[in-house]
Amino acid sequence: MTPPVENLDRIAAELRGEVIGLSHRAKTPHLGSSLSCLDLLAVLYWEFLRIDPKKPGSPDRDRFILSKGHAAPALYVALCERGFFPTKFLEEYGKDGAALAEQPAPNCAAGVEWATGSLGHGLPVGIGMALAARIQKRNYRTVVLLSDGECNEGTVWEAAMFAAAQKLGSLTVLVDYNKWQATGRSEEVMALAPLRDKWEAFGWESYEVDGHDFSELRVALARAELPDRTKPLAIVAHTIKGRGVSFMEDDNNWHYRIPSAEELAAARKELGLV
Amino acid sequence: MRNAFADEITKIAQQREDIVLLSGDIGNRLFDKFKNVSPGRFFNCGVAEANMVGVAAGMATSGLRPVCYTIASFLTYRVVEQIRLDLGYHHQRVILVGTGAGLSYASLGSTHHSVEDMGMLRLIPGLAVLAPGDEKELRPALHAALDYPGPVYIRIGKKGELVVHDAEPEFAIGKALRLREGKEVWILALGNTLPLAVEAATQLGSRGVSCGVASMGSLKPLDTKLLGDVFTSAKVVATLEEHSVLGGLGTAVSEWLAVSSGPAKARLLTFGTPDEFLHATTHQPSAREWAGLTIEGITGRILSALG
Repeated sequence: MTPPVENLDRIAAELRGEVIGLSHRAKTPHLGSSLSCLDLLAVLYWEFLRIDPKKPGSPDRDRFILSKGHAAPALYVALCERGFFPTKFLEEYGKDGAALAEQPAPNCAAGVEWATGSLGHGLPVGIGMALAARIQKRNYRTVVLLSDGECNEGTVWEAAMFAAAQKLGSLTVLVDYNKWQATGRSEEVMALAPLRDKWEAFGWESYEVDGHDFSELRVALARAELPDRTKPLAIVAHTIKGRGVSFMEDDNNWHYRIPSAEELAAARKELGLV
Repeated sequence: MRNAFADEITKIAQQREDIVLLSGDIGNRLFDKFKNVSPGRFFNCGVAEANMVGVAAGMATSGLRPVCYTIASFLTYRVVEQIRLDLGYHHQRVILVGTGAGLSYASLGSTHHSVEDMGMLRLIPGLAVLAPGDEKELRPALHAALDYPGPVYIRIGKKGELVVHDAEPEFAIGKALRLREGKEVWILALGNTLPLAVEAATQLGSRGVSCGVASMGSLKPLDTKLLGDVFTSAKVVATLEEHSVLGGLGTAVSEWLAVSSGPAKARLLTFGTPDEFLHATTHQPSAREWAGLTIEGITGRILSALG
Protein backbone atom coordinates (compact mmCIF):
# COMPACT_ATOMS: atom_id res chain seq x y z
CA MET A 1 0.00 0.00 0.00
CA THR A 2 1.07 3.55 -0.54
CA PRO A 3 1.44 5.72 2.58
CA PRO A 4 -1.91 6.85 4.01
CA VAL A 5 -3.46 9.68 2.04
CA GLU A 6 -3.91 12.49 4.55
CA ASN A 7 -7.13 13.93 3.26
CA LEU A 8 -8.79 10.64 2.29
CA ASP A 9 -11.88 11.52 4.32
CA ARG A 10 -12.20 14.74 2.39
CA ILE A 11 -11.81 12.90 -0.91
CA ALA A 12 -14.47 10.42 0.18
CA ALA A 13 -16.84 13.26 1.08
CA GLU A 14 -16.38 14.78 -2.35
CA LEU A 15 -17.00 11.43 -4.00
CA ARG A 16 -20.19 11.08 -1.97
CA GLY A 17 -21.34 14.47 -3.18
CA GLU A 18 -20.67 13.40 -6.76
CA VAL A 19 -22.58 10.15 -6.33
CA ILE A 20 -25.61 11.90 -4.89
CA GLY A 21 -25.45 14.45 -7.68
CA LEU A 22 -25.37 11.69 -10.29
CA SER A 23 -28.40 10.02 -8.77
CA HIS A 24 -30.30 13.30 -8.67
CA ARG A 25 -29.44 14.33 -12.23
CA ALA A 26 -29.83 10.94 -13.92
CA LYS A 27 -32.72 9.84 -11.70
CA THR A 28 -31.02 6.54 -10.94
CA PRO A 29 -31.47 4.42 -7.80
CA HIS A 30 -29.19 2.42 -5.50
CA LEU A 31 -27.83 5.49 -3.76
CA GLY A 32 -27.67 3.84 -0.34
CA SER A 33 -25.65 0.95 -1.75
CA SER A 34 -23.21 3.32 -3.46
CA LEU A 35 -22.63 5.32 -0.28
CA SER A 36 -22.06 2.29 1.93
CA CYS A 37 -19.11 1.02 -0.13
CA LEU A 38 -17.60 4.38 -0.94
CA ASP A 39 -14.96 4.40 1.80
CA LEU A 40 -13.85 0.96 0.66
CA LEU A 41 -13.39 2.27 -2.86
CA ALA A 42 -11.52 5.32 -1.58
CA VAL A 43 -8.92 3.29 0.29
CA LEU A 44 -8.60 0.82 -2.58
CA TYR A 45 -8.20 3.40 -5.32
CA TRP A 46 -6.09 5.89 -3.39
CA GLU A 47 -3.85 3.55 -1.41
CA PHE A 48 -4.09 -0.13 -2.26
CA LEU A 49 -4.53 -0.87 -5.95
CA ARG A 50 -1.40 -0.78 -8.09
CA ILE A 51 -2.93 0.88 -11.10
CA ASP A 52 -1.97 3.58 -13.53
CA PRO A 53 -4.80 5.58 -15.10
CA LYS A 54 -2.52 6.21 -18.07
CA LYS A 55 -2.09 2.45 -18.62
CA PRO A 56 -5.49 0.99 -17.78
CA GLY A 57 -4.81 -2.11 -19.88
CA SER A 58 -1.41 -2.92 -18.44
CA PRO A 59 -1.18 -6.70 -18.00
CA ASP A 60 0.42 -6.24 -14.59
CA ARG A 61 -2.24 -3.93 -13.14
CA ASP A 62 -4.13 -5.04 -10.08
CA ARG A 63 -7.64 -6.18 -10.95
CA PHE A 64 -10.66 -4.80 -9.14
CA ILE A 65 -14.20 -6.05 -9.71
CA LEU A 66 -17.16 -4.22 -8.24
CA SER A 67 -19.32 -7.31 -8.08
CA LYS A 68 -22.25 -5.35 -6.63
CA GLY A 69 -22.77 -3.65 -9.96
CA HIS A 70 -25.70 -1.61 -8.72
CA ALA A 71 -23.19 0.60 -6.87
CA ALA A 72 -21.59 1.53 -10.20
CA PRO A 73 -21.90 5.30 -9.60
CA ALA A 74 -19.46 4.94 -6.69
CA LEU A 75 -17.00 3.19 -8.98
CA TYR A 76 -17.46 5.76 -11.73
CA VAL A 77 -16.76 8.76 -9.49
CA ALA A 78 -13.67 7.05 -8.04
CA LEU A 79 -12.30 6.18 -11.48
CA CYS A 80 -13.02 9.66 -12.78
CA GLU A 81 -11.38 11.36 -9.82
CA ARG A 82 -8.34 9.10 -10.26
CA GLY A 83 -8.08 10.21 -13.86
CA PHE A 84 -9.24 7.13 -15.74
CA PHE A 85 -11.66 9.17 -17.83
CA PRO A 86 -12.75 12.79 -18.21
CA THR A 87 -15.53 14.38 -16.19
CA LYS A 88 -17.64 14.76 -19.31
CA PHE A 89 -18.12 10.98 -19.17
CA LEU A 90 -19.68 11.43 -15.76
CA GLU A 91 -21.85 14.29 -16.91
CA GLU A 92 -23.33 12.02 -19.57
CA TYR A 93 -23.97 9.22 -17.06
CA GLY A 94 -27.27 7.43 -17.63
CA LYS A 95 -28.19 9.31 -20.80
CA ASP A 96 -29.04 7.48 -24.02
CA GLY A 97 -25.85 6.60 -25.83
CA ALA A 98 -23.56 7.48 -22.89
CA ALA A 99 -20.54 5.34 -22.04
CA LEU A 100 -21.59 5.00 -18.41
CA ALA A 101 -24.87 3.23 -17.72
CA GLU A 102 -26.63 2.55 -14.43
CA GLN A 103 -24.65 -0.66 -14.33
CA PRO A 104 -21.44 -1.01 -16.29
CA ALA A 105 -21.29 -2.62 -19.74
CA PRO A 106 -18.21 -4.54 -20.91
CA ASN A 107 -15.36 -2.19 -21.79
CA CYS A 108 -17.58 0.83 -21.15
CA ALA A 109 -14.73 2.91 -19.75
CA ALA A 110 -11.09 2.62 -18.81
CA GLY A 111 -10.67 1.02 -15.41
CA VAL A 112 -13.93 -0.94 -15.43
CA GLU A 113 -12.73 -4.54 -15.38
CA TRP A 114 -16.04 -6.38 -15.61
CA ALA A 115 -19.68 -5.70 -16.40
CA THR A 116 -21.62 -6.59 -13.31
CA GLY A 117 -25.24 -6.16 -12.37
CA SER A 118 -26.33 -9.73 -11.90
CA LEU A 119 -25.03 -10.68 -8.46
CA GLY A 120 -22.78 -13.66 -7.86
CA HIS A 121 -20.63 -13.31 -10.98
CA GLY A 122 -17.72 -11.18 -9.78
CA LEU A 123 -15.99 -13.64 -7.49
CA PRO A 124 -15.72 -16.56 -9.95
CA VAL A 125 -14.44 -14.17 -12.60
CA GLY A 126 -11.99 -12.64 -10.13
CA ILE A 127 -10.70 -16.11 -9.30
CA GLY A 128 -10.13 -16.70 -13.00
CA MET A 129 -8.14 -13.47 -13.19
CA ALA A 130 -6.09 -14.45 -10.14
CA LEU A 131 -5.40 -17.91 -11.55
CA ALA A 132 -4.37 -16.35 -14.85
CA ALA A 133 -1.75 -14.36 -12.94
CA ARG A 134 -0.41 -17.58 -11.47
CA ILE A 135 -0.38 -19.35 -14.84
CA GLN A 136 1.22 -16.43 -16.66
CA LYS A 137 3.62 -15.69 -13.81
CA ARG A 138 2.41 -12.17 -13.15
CA ASN A 139 2.34 -10.48 -9.79
CA TYR A 140 -0.90 -8.57 -9.91
CA ARG A 141 -3.47 -8.91 -7.14
CA THR A 142 -7.20 -9.29 -7.55
CA VAL A 143 -9.80 -7.62 -5.35
CA VAL A 144 -13.53 -8.31 -5.52
CA LEU A 145 -16.09 -6.21 -3.68
CA LEU A 146 -19.30 -8.05 -2.79
CA SER A 147 -22.50 -6.86 -1.18
CA ASP A 148 -23.95 -8.70 1.77
CA GLY A 149 -27.14 -9.41 -0.17
CA GLU A 150 -24.93 -10.86 -2.88
CA CYS A 151 -23.75 -13.46 -0.39
CA ASN A 152 -27.21 -15.02 -0.85
CA GLU A 153 -25.99 -16.31 -4.20
CA GLY A 154 -24.69 -19.88 -4.26
CA THR A 155 -21.92 -19.04 -6.71
CA VAL A 156 -20.27 -16.87 -4.06
CA TRP A 157 -19.78 -19.95 -1.91
CA GLU A 158 -18.84 -22.24 -4.79
CA ALA A 159 -16.18 -19.70 -5.60
CA ALA A 160 -15.11 -19.30 -1.98
CA MET A 161 -14.41 -23.03 -1.65
CA PHE A 162 -12.59 -23.16 -4.96
CA ALA A 163 -10.36 -20.18 -4.15
CA ALA A 164 -9.37 -21.81 -0.87
CA ALA A 165 -8.63 -25.11 -2.61
CA GLN A 166 -6.43 -23.24 -5.07
CA LYS A 167 -4.63 -21.47 -2.19
CA LEU A 168 -5.23 -18.17 -3.93
CA GLY A 169 -3.28 -15.84 -1.70
CA SER A 170 -3.38 -13.07 -4.30
CA LEU A 171 -7.14 -12.75 -4.01
CA THR A 172 -8.96 -10.40 -1.63
CA VAL A 173 -12.69 -10.11 -1.04
CA LEU A 174 -14.27 -7.12 0.62
CA VAL A 175 -17.85 -7.54 1.77
CA ASP A 176 -19.84 -4.32 2.05
CA TYR A 177 -21.84 -5.53 5.04
CA ASN A 178 -24.47 -2.80 5.31
CA LYS A 179 -27.05 -5.20 6.76
CA TRP A 180 -29.66 -4.46 4.13
CA GLN A 181 -30.63 -6.04 0.88
CA ALA A 182 -33.21 -4.78 -1.58
CA THR A 183 -36.29 -5.47 0.47
CA GLY A 184 -35.19 -6.45 3.95
CA ARG A 185 -32.51 -6.91 6.58
CA SER A 186 -29.86 -9.23 5.18
CA GLU A 187 -29.78 -11.14 8.46
CA GLU A 188 -33.52 -11.82 8.37
CA VAL A 189 -33.73 -12.76 4.70
CA MET A 190 -30.92 -15.31 4.69
CA ALA A 191 -29.40 -15.64 8.17
CA LEU A 192 -26.10 -14.22 7.00
CA ALA A 193 -24.42 -13.91 10.38
CA PRO A 194 -21.87 -14.82 11.50
CA LEU A 195 -20.45 -13.71 8.17
CA ARG A 196 -16.76 -13.55 9.03
CA ASP A 197 -16.97 -17.02 10.52
CA LYS A 198 -18.45 -18.28 7.29
CA TRP A 199 -15.47 -17.04 5.27
CA GLU A 200 -13.13 -18.47 7.87
CA ALA A 201 -14.89 -21.82 7.70
CA PHE A 202 -14.58 -21.74 3.92
CA GLY A 203 -10.82 -21.61 4.28
CA TRP A 204 -10.17 -17.89 4.03
CA GLU A 205 -8.07 -15.67 6.23
CA SER A 206 -10.76 -13.33 7.43
CA TYR A 207 -11.17 -10.08 9.33
CA GLU A 208 -13.99 -7.93 10.50
CA VAL A 209 -13.51 -4.18 10.33
CA ASP A 210 -15.39 -0.92 10.50
CA GLY A 211 -15.83 -0.22 6.80
CA HIS A 212 -15.82 3.52 7.40
CA ASP A 213 -12.59 3.54 9.42
CA PHE A 214 -9.64 3.94 7.08
CA SER A 215 -7.10 2.89 9.67
CA GLU A 216 -8.90 -0.42 10.28
CA LEU A 217 -9.21 -1.00 6.56
CA ARG A 218 -5.49 -0.31 6.10
CA VAL A 219 -4.51 -2.84 8.73
CA ALA A 220 -6.68 -5.53 7.16
CA LEU A 221 -5.61 -4.77 3.59
CA ALA A 222 -1.96 -4.84 4.65
CA ARG A 223 -2.43 -8.57 5.18
CA ALA A 224 -2.84 -8.90 1.41
CA GLU A 225 0.70 -7.59 0.96
CA LEU A 226 2.40 -10.35 2.91
CA PRO A 227 4.58 -12.59 0.73
CA ASP A 228 3.87 -16.27 0.08
CA ARG A 229 0.26 -16.11 1.09
CA THR A 230 -1.55 -19.44 0.81
CA LYS A 231 -5.05 -18.33 1.72
CA PRO A 232 -7.34 -15.83 0.08
CA LEU A 233 -8.23 -12.84 2.24
CA ALA A 234 -11.77 -11.88 3.23
CA ILE A 235 -12.47 -8.53 4.86
CA VAL A 236 -15.98 -8.24 6.19
CA ALA A 237 -16.50 -4.50 6.38
CA HIS A 238 -19.30 -3.31 8.62
CA THR A 239 -20.87 -0.40 6.84
CA ILE A 240 -23.94 1.77 6.97
CA LYS A 241 -26.21 1.98 3.99
CA GLY A 242 -26.47 5.62 2.91
CA ARG A 243 -23.38 6.51 4.96
CA GLY A 244 -22.50 10.19 5.18
CA VAL A 245 -25.96 11.74 4.95
CA SER A 246 -27.98 11.61 8.14
CA PHE A 247 -31.38 11.28 6.51
CA MET A 248 -30.20 8.46 4.27
CA GLU A 249 -28.24 6.41 6.78
CA ASP A 250 -29.66 2.96 7.48
CA ASP A 251 -32.90 3.86 5.70
CA ASN A 252 -33.50 1.24 3.05
CA ASN A 253 -35.86 3.48 1.14
CA TRP A 254 -32.69 4.89 -0.36
CA HIS A 255 -32.13 1.63 -2.17
CA TYR A 256 -34.58 3.03 -4.71
CA ARG A 257 -35.33 6.68 -3.85
CA ILE A 258 -33.99 9.52 -5.96
CA PRO A 259 -32.89 12.66 -4.08
CA SER A 260 -34.69 15.92 -4.87
CA ALA A 261 -32.82 19.20 -5.45
CA GLU A 262 -33.44 20.15 -1.82
CA GLU A 263 -32.19 16.80 -0.56
CA LEU A 264 -29.09 17.08 -2.75
CA ALA A 265 -28.36 20.51 -1.32
CA ALA A 266 -28.92 19.30 2.24
CA ALA A 267 -26.67 16.30 1.66
CA ARG A 268 -23.89 18.45 0.21
CA LYS A 269 -24.12 20.73 3.20
CA GLU A 270 -23.83 17.82 5.64
CA LEU A 271 -20.83 16.54 3.73
CA GLY A 272 -19.16 19.91 4.13
CA LEU A 273 -19.14 20.56 0.41
CA VAL A 274 -20.79 23.98 0.56
CA MET B 1 -15.99 -39.10 -28.57
CA ARG B 2 -14.76 -38.05 -25.16
CA ASN B 3 -11.53 -40.03 -25.59
CA ALA B 4 -10.93 -38.28 -28.89
CA PHE B 5 -11.53 -34.94 -27.17
CA ALA B 6 -9.06 -35.74 -24.38
CA ASP B 7 -6.50 -36.90 -26.94
CA GLU B 8 -6.88 -33.90 -29.21
CA ILE B 9 -6.87 -31.26 -26.46
CA THR B 10 -3.72 -32.88 -25.07
CA LYS B 11 -2.05 -32.67 -28.48
CA ILE B 12 -3.06 -29.04 -28.80
CA ALA B 13 -1.80 -28.23 -25.30
CA GLN B 14 1.58 -29.65 -26.26
CA GLN B 15 1.79 -26.99 -28.96
CA ARG B 16 0.16 -24.05 -27.20
CA GLU B 17 0.82 -22.57 -23.80
CA ASP B 18 -2.48 -20.69 -23.63
CA ILE B 19 -4.72 -23.75 -23.29
CA VAL B 20 -6.25 -24.31 -19.85
CA LEU B 21 -8.54 -27.26 -19.15
CA LEU B 22 -11.25 -27.01 -16.50
CA SER B 23 -13.28 -30.03 -15.51
CA GLY B 24 -16.38 -30.28 -13.36
CA ASP B 25 -15.14 -33.22 -11.32
CA ILE B 26 -15.52 -35.65 -14.19
CA GLY B 27 -13.24 -37.63 -16.47
CA ASN B 28 -11.47 -39.80 -13.93
CA ARG B 29 -8.06 -40.64 -15.49
CA LEU B 30 -9.29 -39.20 -18.81
CA PHE B 31 -6.95 -36.23 -18.56
CA ASP B 32 -3.90 -37.88 -17.02
CA LYS B 33 -1.86 -37.23 -20.17
CA PHE B 34 -3.00 -33.63 -20.30
CA LYS B 35 -1.90 -33.11 -16.71
CA ASN B 36 1.49 -34.55 -17.61
CA VAL B 37 2.11 -32.42 -20.65
CA SER B 38 0.57 -29.28 -19.20
CA PRO B 39 1.10 -29.19 -15.46
CA GLY B 40 -0.54 -26.23 -13.79
CA ARG B 41 -3.08 -25.87 -16.57
CA PHE B 42 -5.62 -28.43 -15.48
CA PHE B 43 -8.20 -27.46 -12.88
CA ASN B 44 -10.73 -29.75 -11.31
CA CYS B 45 -13.33 -27.16 -10.44
CA GLY B 46 -15.48 -29.55 -8.44
CA VAL B 47 -19.21 -29.99 -8.71
CA ALA B 48 -19.69 -26.26 -9.16
CA GLU B 49 -20.31 -25.67 -12.82
CA ALA B 50 -21.46 -22.06 -12.63
CA ASN B 51 -18.29 -21.11 -10.80
CA MET B 52 -16.22 -23.04 -13.34
CA VAL B 53 -17.57 -21.03 -16.26
CA GLY B 54 -17.07 -17.73 -14.41
CA VAL B 55 -13.50 -18.73 -13.59
CA ALA B 56 -12.90 -19.59 -17.25
CA ALA B 57 -14.20 -16.18 -18.29
CA GLY B 58 -11.84 -14.47 -15.86
CA MET B 59 -8.92 -16.48 -17.22
CA ALA B 60 -9.82 -15.55 -20.79
CA THR B 61 -9.48 -11.83 -19.97
CA SER B 62 -5.73 -12.37 -19.83
CA GLY B 63 -5.57 -14.10 -23.20
CA LEU B 64 -5.70 -17.67 -21.93
CA ARG B 65 -7.94 -20.08 -23.84
CA PRO B 66 -9.93 -22.04 -21.27
CA VAL B 67 -11.84 -25.17 -22.20
CA CYS B 68 -14.54 -26.29 -19.73
CA TYR B 69 -15.54 -29.93 -19.76
CA THR B 70 -18.33 -31.76 -18.00
CA ILE B 71 -21.63 -33.55 -18.61
CA ALA B 72 -23.66 -31.49 -21.05
CA SER B 73 -26.79 -31.24 -18.91
CA PHE B 74 -24.83 -29.83 -15.96
CA LEU B 75 -22.66 -27.55 -18.07
CA THR B 76 -25.62 -25.84 -19.65
CA TYR B 77 -28.94 -25.74 -17.79
CA ARG B 78 -27.76 -24.41 -14.43
CA VAL B 79 -25.09 -22.26 -16.02
CA VAL B 80 -27.14 -20.44 -18.61
CA GLU B 81 -26.67 -17.04 -16.97
CA GLN B 82 -22.90 -17.41 -16.71
CA ILE B 83 -22.79 -18.47 -20.35
CA ARG B 84 -25.00 -15.56 -21.33
CA LEU B 85 -23.23 -12.84 -19.35
CA ASP B 86 -19.67 -13.95 -18.59
CA LEU B 87 -19.11 -15.50 -22.02
CA GLY B 88 -21.67 -14.04 -24.42
CA TYR B 89 -22.06 -10.46 -23.18
CA HIS B 90 -18.34 -10.15 -22.48
CA HIS B 91 -17.46 -12.01 -25.66
CA GLN B 92 -14.85 -14.12 -23.91
CA ARG B 93 -13.17 -16.84 -25.93
CA VAL B 94 -14.05 -19.82 -23.78
CA ILE B 95 -14.89 -23.26 -25.17
CA LEU B 96 -17.53 -25.34 -23.42
CA VAL B 97 -17.46 -29.05 -24.13
CA GLY B 98 -20.60 -30.88 -23.01
CA THR B 99 -20.07 -34.63 -22.92
CA GLY B 100 -22.76 -37.28 -22.95
CA ALA B 101 -25.06 -34.90 -24.79
CA GLY B 102 -28.53 -35.75 -26.01
CA LEU B 103 -29.59 -39.23 -24.94
CA SER B 104 -26.07 -40.58 -24.41
CA TYR B 105 -26.80 -40.99 -20.71
CA ALA B 106 -30.37 -42.19 -21.27
CA SER B 107 -30.10 -44.82 -18.55
CA LEU B 108 -29.32 -42.17 -15.91
CA GLY B 109 -32.69 -40.51 -16.37
CA SER B 110 -33.88 -37.07 -17.33
CA THR B 111 -31.45 -35.38 -14.94
CA HIS B 112 -28.72 -36.45 -17.34
CA HIS B 113 -30.53 -35.97 -20.65
CA SER B 114 -29.54 -32.83 -22.47
CA VAL B 115 -32.24 -32.39 -25.03
CA GLU B 116 -32.97 -28.70 -24.48
CA ASP B 117 -29.39 -27.41 -24.23
CA MET B 118 -29.05 -26.20 -27.80
CA GLY B 119 -32.43 -24.52 -27.68
CA MET B 120 -31.26 -22.46 -24.72
CA LEU B 121 -27.78 -21.70 -25.94
CA ARG B 122 -28.75 -20.95 -29.52
CA LEU B 123 -30.40 -17.78 -28.23
CA ILE B 124 -27.20 -16.33 -26.82
CA PRO B 125 -25.74 -13.74 -29.17
CA GLY B 126 -22.23 -14.47 -30.40
CA LEU B 127 -22.06 -18.02 -29.07
CA ALA B 128 -21.32 -20.69 -31.68
CA VAL B 129 -23.05 -24.03 -31.14
CA LEU B 130 -21.30 -27.08 -32.58
CA ALA B 131 -22.24 -30.76 -32.61
CA PRO B 132 -19.71 -32.82 -34.57
CA GLY B 133 -20.98 -36.06 -36.05
CA ASP B 134 -18.22 -38.39 -34.91
CA GLU B 135 -14.79 -38.35 -33.36
CA LYS B 136 -13.08 -37.65 -36.67
CA GLU B 137 -15.23 -34.55 -37.05
CA LEU B 138 -14.72 -33.54 -33.44
CA ARG B 139 -10.95 -33.07 -33.78
CA PRO B 140 -11.03 -30.41 -36.50
CA ALA B 141 -14.11 -28.88 -34.82
CA LEU B 142 -12.00 -28.28 -31.73
CA HIS B 143 -9.38 -26.49 -33.80
CA ALA B 144 -12.06 -24.42 -35.51
CA ALA B 145 -13.48 -23.50 -32.10
CA LEU B 146 -10.07 -22.28 -30.98
CA ASP B 147 -9.87 -20.07 -34.06
CA TYR B 148 -13.38 -18.69 -33.56
CA PRO B 149 -13.43 -15.09 -32.30
CA GLY B 150 -16.00 -15.74 -29.57
CA PRO B 151 -17.30 -18.35 -27.14
CA VAL B 152 -18.20 -21.81 -28.45
CA TYR B 153 -20.32 -24.65 -27.10
CA ILE B 154 -19.39 -28.10 -28.43
CA ARG B 155 -21.82 -30.89 -27.78
CA ILE B 156 -20.34 -34.39 -27.91
CA GLY B 157 -21.37 -37.96 -27.11
CA LYS B 158 -19.71 -40.27 -24.60
CA LYS B 159 -17.72 -43.21 -25.94
CA GLY B 160 -18.03 -45.96 -28.49
CA GLU B 161 -19.98 -44.00 -31.08
CA LEU B 162 -19.72 -45.30 -34.66
CA VAL B 163 -17.20 -43.50 -36.81
CA VAL B 164 -18.63 -42.31 -40.10
CA HIS B 165 -15.93 -40.19 -41.69
CA ASP B 166 -13.07 -42.07 -43.38
CA ALA B 167 -10.66 -39.31 -42.49
CA GLU B 168 -10.79 -36.02 -40.62
CA PRO B 169 -13.02 -33.72 -42.66
CA GLU B 170 -12.40 -30.06 -43.36
CA PHE B 171 -14.56 -28.66 -40.61
CA ALA B 172 -15.58 -25.01 -40.74
CA ILE B 173 -17.90 -23.17 -38.38
CA GLY B 174 -20.99 -22.18 -40.33
CA LYS B 175 -20.57 -24.95 -42.88
CA ALA B 176 -22.24 -28.33 -43.07
CA LEU B 177 -20.40 -31.39 -44.32
CA ARG B 178 -21.98 -33.13 -47.31
CA LEU B 179 -21.30 -36.83 -46.91
CA ARG B 180 -23.31 -38.16 -49.81
CA GLU B 181 -25.36 -36.46 -52.48
CA GLY B 182 -29.05 -37.15 -53.08
CA LYS B 183 -31.81 -36.08 -55.41
CA GLU B 184 -35.14 -36.80 -53.72
CA VAL B 185 -34.32 -36.75 -50.04
CA TRP B 186 -31.73 -35.11 -47.78
CA ILE B 187 -31.12 -36.12 -44.20
CA LEU B 188 -29.48 -33.40 -42.13
CA ALA B 189 -27.95 -35.04 -39.09
CA LEU B 190 -26.76 -33.35 -35.95
CA GLY B 191 -24.09 -34.81 -33.69
CA ASN B 192 -24.25 -38.47 -32.84
CA THR B 193 -27.25 -39.13 -35.10
CA LEU B 194 -24.92 -39.06 -38.10
CA PRO B 195 -24.42 -42.88 -38.24
CA LEU B 196 -28.21 -43.27 -38.10
CA ALA B 197 -28.62 -40.86 -41.00
CA VAL B 198 -26.10 -42.74 -43.12
CA GLU B 199 -27.80 -46.08 -42.46
CA ALA B 200 -31.25 -44.65 -43.17
CA ALA B 201 -29.96 -43.17 -46.44
CA THR B 202 -28.48 -46.53 -47.41
CA GLN B 203 -31.78 -48.28 -46.80
CA LEU B 204 -33.69 -45.65 -48.74
CA GLY B 205 -31.17 -46.09 -51.54
CA SER B 206 -31.84 -49.82 -51.62
CA ARG B 207 -35.51 -48.97 -52.16
CA GLY B 208 -34.61 -46.77 -55.09
CA VAL B 209 -34.79 -43.43 -53.26
CA SER B 210 -31.84 -41.14 -53.83
CA CYS B 211 -30.96 -39.74 -50.39
CA GLY B 212 -28.20 -37.30 -49.45
CA VAL B 213 -26.68 -36.92 -46.02
CA ALA B 214 -25.08 -33.88 -44.43
CA SER B 215 -23.56 -33.50 -40.99
CA MET B 216 -24.80 -30.29 -39.41
CA GLY B 217 -21.84 -29.98 -37.09
CA SER B 218 -22.34 -26.23 -36.92
CA LEU B 219 -25.85 -25.54 -35.65
CA LYS B 220 -25.07 -21.88 -35.09
CA PRO B 221 -24.05 -20.31 -37.34
CA LEU B 222 -26.16 -22.44 -39.65
CA ASP B 223 -25.14 -23.32 -43.19
CA THR B 224 -27.98 -21.57 -44.98
CA LYS B 225 -26.35 -22.10 -48.36
CA LEU B 226 -26.72 -25.83 -47.94
CA LEU B 227 -30.33 -25.34 -46.85
CA GLY B 228 -30.97 -23.30 -49.96
CA ASP B 229 -29.53 -26.08 -52.11
CA VAL B 230 -31.33 -29.01 -50.56
CA PHE B 231 -34.72 -27.36 -50.16
CA THR B 232 -34.79 -26.35 -53.81
CA SER B 233 -33.50 -29.65 -55.17
CA ALA B 234 -35.15 -32.34 -53.01
CA LYS B 235 -38.70 -33.37 -52.19
CA VAL B 236 -38.14 -34.18 -48.54
CA VAL B 237 -35.61 -32.83 -46.07
CA ALA B 238 -35.34 -34.52 -42.68
CA THR B 239 -33.52 -33.20 -39.60
CA LEU B 240 -32.18 -35.68 -37.05
CA GLU B 241 -31.02 -34.82 -33.56
CA GLU B 242 -30.87 -36.20 -30.04
CA HIS B 243 -32.54 -33.02 -28.89
CA SER B 244 -36.07 -31.77 -28.49
CA VAL B 245 -37.90 -30.97 -31.69
CA LEU B 246 -38.22 -27.55 -30.04
CA GLY B 247 -35.22 -25.28 -30.21
CA GLY B 248 -32.57 -27.36 -31.94
CA LEU B 249 -31.73 -28.18 -35.54
CA GLY B 250 -35.33 -28.85 -36.61
CA THR B 251 -36.39 -25.49 -35.24
CA ALA B 252 -33.40 -23.65 -36.68
CA VAL B 253 -34.18 -25.06 -40.12
CA SER B 254 -37.90 -24.25 -39.69
CA GLU B 255 -37.04 -20.67 -38.79
CA TRP B 256 -34.86 -20.33 -41.85
CA LEU B 257 -37.50 -21.93 -44.05
CA ALA B 258 -40.31 -19.71 -42.76
CA VAL B 259 -38.58 -16.50 -43.81
CA SER B 260 -36.66 -17.88 -46.78
CA SER B 261 -37.48 -16.12 -50.01
CA GLY B 262 -36.10 -18.92 -52.19
CA PRO B 263 -38.22 -21.28 -54.24
CA ALA B 264 -38.19 -24.02 -51.59
CA LYS B 265 -40.15 -27.05 -52.65
CA ALA B 266 -39.08 -29.72 -50.19
CA ARG B 267 -41.18 -30.75 -47.26
CA LEU B 268 -39.45 -30.63 -43.86
CA LEU B 269 -39.65 -33.56 -41.42
CA THR B 270 -38.12 -33.10 -37.97
CA PHE B 271 -36.90 -36.03 -35.91
CA GLY B 272 -36.02 -35.46 -32.26
CA THR B 273 -37.32 -35.97 -28.77
CA PRO B 274 -40.90 -34.93 -28.08
CA ASP B 275 -41.77 -31.97 -25.86
CA GLU B 276 -42.06 -34.07 -22.72
CA PHE B 277 -39.84 -35.64 -20.07
CA LEU B 278 -38.87 -39.26 -20.41
CA HIS B 279 -39.89 -40.99 -17.17
CA ALA B 280 -39.43 -44.63 -18.18
CA THR B 281 -36.22 -46.55 -17.56
CA THR B 282 -34.39 -46.66 -20.86
CA HIS B 283 -31.03 -47.03 -22.52
CA GLN B 284 -29.88 -45.03 -25.49
CA PRO B 285 -31.42 -47.40 -28.10
CA SER B 286 -34.77 -47.61 -26.31
CA ALA B 287 -34.77 -43.87 -25.66
CA ARG B 288 -34.21 -43.35 -29.38
CA GLU B 289 -37.15 -45.64 -30.07
CA TRP B 290 -39.29 -43.48 -27.79
CA ALA B 291 -38.26 -40.48 -29.86
CA GLY B 292 -38.75 -42.18 -33.22
CA LEU B 293 -35.04 -41.95 -33.90
CA THR B 294 -34.73 -45.39 -35.47
CA ILE B 295 -34.00 -46.59 -38.99
CA GLU B 296 -37.57 -47.81 -39.38
CA GLY B 297 -39.06 -44.67 -37.86
CA ILE B 298 -37.02 -42.41 -40.11
CA THR B 299 -37.35 -44.31 -43.37
CA GLY B 300 -41.06 -44.95 -42.72
CA ARG B 301 -41.93 -41.27 -42.29
CA ILE B 302 -39.76 -40.23 -45.22
CA LEU B 303 -41.30 -42.83 -47.55
CA SER B 304 -44.83 -41.86 -46.61
CA ALA B 305 -43.96 -38.19 -47.12
CA LEU B 306 -42.70 -39.05 -50.59
CA GLY B 307 -46.10 -40.69 -51.24
